[in-house]
Amino acid sequence: MPGTGSRCLAGLIVLAMGCGGDQPGAGGKHRGASAPASGATLTGAGATFPAPLYTKWFDVYARETGVRINYQSIGSGGGIRQFTEGTVDFGATDGPMTDEQIAAVNGKVLHLPTVLGAVSVTYNLPGVGTELAFDGRVLADIFLGRITRWSDQRIGALNPNVPLPTDDIVVVRRSDGSGTTYIFTDYLSKASAEWSRRVGKGTSVNWPVGLGGKGNEGVTQQIKQSPGTIGYVELIYALSNKLPSAKILNAAGTLVQPTLKSVAAAAASAELPPGTDFRVSITNAPAPESYPISSFTWLLVRKEDPDTARARTIAGFVRWMLEPAAQRMAADLHYAPLPVPVIELVRLKTKQ
Amino acid sequence: MTATTEPARPPASPPTASLERADYGDRVFKGVLTLAALSVPILLGFLVYELWDGAALAIARYGFGFVTTSTWDPVAEDFGALPLIFGTLASSLLALLIAVPLSLGVAIYLTEFAPKSLRQPVAFLIGLLAAIPSVVYGLWGIFVLVPLLRAHVFPFLRDTLGFLPFFQGPIYGPSMLAAGIILAIMVMPYIMSVGREVLLAVPNTQREAALALGATRWEAVTTAVLPYARSGIVGAVILGLGRALGETMAVTMLIGNRHEIAASLFAPGYTMAAAIANEFSEAVGDLHLSALAYVAFLLFLVTVIVNAGARLLIWRVARGSGAGSSAL
Repeated sequence: MPGTGSRCLAGLIVLAMGCGGDQPGAGGKHRGASAPASGATLTGAGATFPAPLYTKWFDVYARETGVRINYQSIGSGGGIRQFTEGTVDFGATDGPMTDEQIAAVNGKVLHLPTVLGAVSVTYNLPGVGTELAFDGRVLADIFLGRITRWSDQRIGALNPNVPLPTDDIVVVRRSDGSGTTYIFTDYLSKASAEWSRRVGKGTSVNWPVGLGGKGNEGVTQQIKQSPGTIGYVELIYALSNKLPSAKILNAAGTLVQPTLKSVAAAAASAELPPGTDFRVSITNAPAPESYPISSFTWLLVRKEDPDTARARTIAGFVRWMLEPAAQRMAADLHYAPLPVPVIELVRLKTKQ
Repeated sequence: MTATTEPARPPASPPTASLERADYGDRVFKGVLTLAALSVPILLGFLVYELWDGAALAIARYGFGFVTTSTWDPVAEDFGALPLIFGTLASSLLALLIAVPLSLGVAIYLTEFAPKSLRQPVAFLIGLLAAIPSVVYGLWGIFVLVPLLRAHVFPFLRDTLGFLPFFQGPIYGPSMLAAGIILAIMVMPYIMSVGREVLLAVPNTQREAALALGATRWEAVTTAVLPYARSGIVGAVILGLGRALGETMAVTMLIGNRHEIAASLFAPGYTMAAAIANEFSEAVGDLHLSALAYVAFLLFLVTVIVNAGARLLIWRVARGSGAGSSAL
């Protein structure tokens, strides 16, 4: 492990900075002399989707370096709000901040991608199995309430060898505001002009049809219990609960099942210019093997932070997070790790 | 707040000082209690102010029209709360329709008819029901109640009462009726236990007089006991209503969360409390947040109006009968 030594060193530097920096509102807090190992403390808040991974990362990071990071998974919206108000050291979000929101913090924000998430389209159709396929327009029309029966020709055209029932389609979607909804509606907005015009994208939207379930588990329960339902959940949730995930026709015209690999492929095919602010949407990515309903999830960090101790502490963590060991932890928890070129770009960004 | 400074050490004692000291202690005590009492209206004041302040943006934008329009579009930032207000009132009303007869029946049975050995255990179990957290009710609703309703109860209702607009349309499971039923189960313990207390407070002479005049048990209950206790019973119902209006978790898990007013009870709906709980944490736009605060303000207003109406009702009922309200 060649990295360990330098990491410890970095930790020590951070420790020194944390104790030396005495600015009001600084992330660094004084610790009693009895606990020399623990140094700076950071607080963060935001997205619930990557929270299990962040909790794991912050725990390991605290043990390795003594830098404690408190993370509250209050939702992306709350994360953006608290970051803007300056009540936390960093935010976390599944949907990038809008230009207006960035203007509210005087443009002083960096979006740093951490891992990748994806949204599974799941359904309950007895006798049909796990092989259903959809494309973006059909999905949009189902969620718009235009396609109302499973036996609709357009579903049939995508699934020529599947015996589809004549039942009504019951749409199930999230009732609570959620990054999952953001990613899904972002994809539908790209796939269908009508969706983009009538509904748009957001953490909560004005759904034309459907039942609202609270959280991934609410949606799942509703789908599991009643035949004829269709809905969307986080890929991790679908994988760990063994839900069927539909194949989606991607921009290159291939049917792709959501897997960690196909999600990573979507990220790899995203075009990131060297000066990027990482606020890119990777839904409907062009590569032939990419799963189209994928997205980055971001940390929100202050650009040109006047509190240099805090900036250094955060940068230290970000560098640690980009190392293979940390990214492997992501894969263990079913999160798709960042592709190497993206890691390089983030590393470059953090240096500034 | 500064009035509650430490009582100064009493001056070293000339004999007359003991009286003064007692007086001083009394005054401090009174001051502390006054402050404690004042904290309630002060807190309430702050609460109303905060809600009003948070809602200011939405109030300026929509005014009273917020209450009468039905769109809820966070993307286009266009908000109206009518379906939420309707959902809150409708689900609570449904809950009372189911819960009141049942709970009063239980209360009457427990005080008038049940064998002595049964009364205490059942009353204890009812108290236990009231202590179950609402999220547990919600989970039970998802796993047990909704499948049962979807497979058996709703189809039965549609087949027998389908001529009414309330029992038509597709059956999903999560619905206004499911929310009403879970709310009914949740408010029943309150109505039952308060109703039971009220009935227990009815003097035995009432019953004895009725029975002595040759009334049956049924007649004694309906002519002597219930009229005597009616203001207390109204109070018990209002307590249940208050709980139903504000209930959030179990409702949002069962109501289907669709921003729409439907005649059918099988259709999903939405309530004010559920909308706030669902959207607050992820609301990013200022107007969206403000609209949710406006909804909270309206919910507060609805509760105040309902409670004021209830007071009025109890007061009017109490003028007719003797006691009962004193049991509350």
